[in-house]
Amino acid sequence: MQRSLPLLVLLLALFVNGPAAAQQPQPQPQPGPPAATDEFVPISQLPAQDQLPAAPLLVTAYAFVWLALFGYLVSVGRRLGKVQREVDRLESDIARGTRT
Amino acid sequence: MPKWFMPLVGINAVMFAAAPFLIARADYESTMGLVQKIFYFHMPSASMFLLSAVVCGIASARFLFGGSPRQDRLAYAAAELAVLFGAITLVTGPLWARKAWGVWWAWDVRLTSSLMGWMVAWAYLLVRKYGGPGSDKLAAGLALFGMANVPFVYISVNYWRTIHPKTSVVPTLPADMGAALWFSFACFLLLFILLLRVRVHLEEQRAKLDTLYLSLDD
Repeated sequence: MQRSLPLLVLLLALFVNGPAAAQQPQPQPQPGPPAATDEFVPISQLPAQDQLPAAPLLVTAYAFVWLALFGYLVSVGRRLGKVQREVDRLESDIARGTRT
Repeated sequence: MPKWFMPLVGINAVMFAAAPFLIARADYESTMGLVQKIFYFHMPSASMFLLSAVVCGIASARFLFGGSPRQDRLAYAAAELAVLFGAITLVTGPLWARKAWGVWWAWDVRLTSSLMGWMVAWAYLLVRKYGGPGSDKLAAGLALFGMANVPFVYISVNYWRTIHPKTSVVPTLPADMGAALWFSFACFLLLFILLLRVRVHLEEQRAKLDTLYLSLDD
């Protein structure tokens, strides 16, 4: 009886603590190192949108916007200047004609 | 030109200089990354394209039913801006799509109806330039078609199956993305107002020139 007492205490402790231990969150498995690469995939085999770098497309888009707006401003400015000069010339011609 | 014109030109220039900083600070979109930043100029230019078509259509209707040359000049100016902003929309869109969708162009409803609206604006300008006498009224009729196309362009993404983002994307933007977008939108709206004013002024000067030539002939 004396010898079986520690065994009894151990069994009792396991019985009492067992369910509590089961309720504790399981430790998350630690992420291991990434798997070794089995093969190299050429970029040409990726979907089309993954093959392209984004920066040239972005720069082209913004450059086009600036160029289009600048070009239009220059175009309107030149047309307006031309018409304005002609209006001024005609007005001075008419003024000279009425004076004489 | 009115007094307010030059100060607003200065403000607009400063706004356009500041816009890239706001756009750069905005968060990257999770799936598209860097290329999504085209959106901040694409969407405002598309809005100005549709606004130009509406202004052109309303002015043309008033010209057709009221006969006011002032409305005709406004319609002509707006049609030219529809071509300009439509070109920006139709170039920046495919540059974004190439990366996001893997194709330059898709014949879906939003893209096709936008292209159609742009071609109507071009047709308006070509009729005005080469149509001869009476072309102003014929072009005004075309502008009505261009305006009728606008609601179709806007709602198309919500009613048809399309790969283009829906209109619901804009109200759900996070704060920094929304700030960049609405700032760019304000830049483009002010630019639209200024360009429309200067373009109408050009038409006014042309009308004045015609009057002067007529007075010389008399």
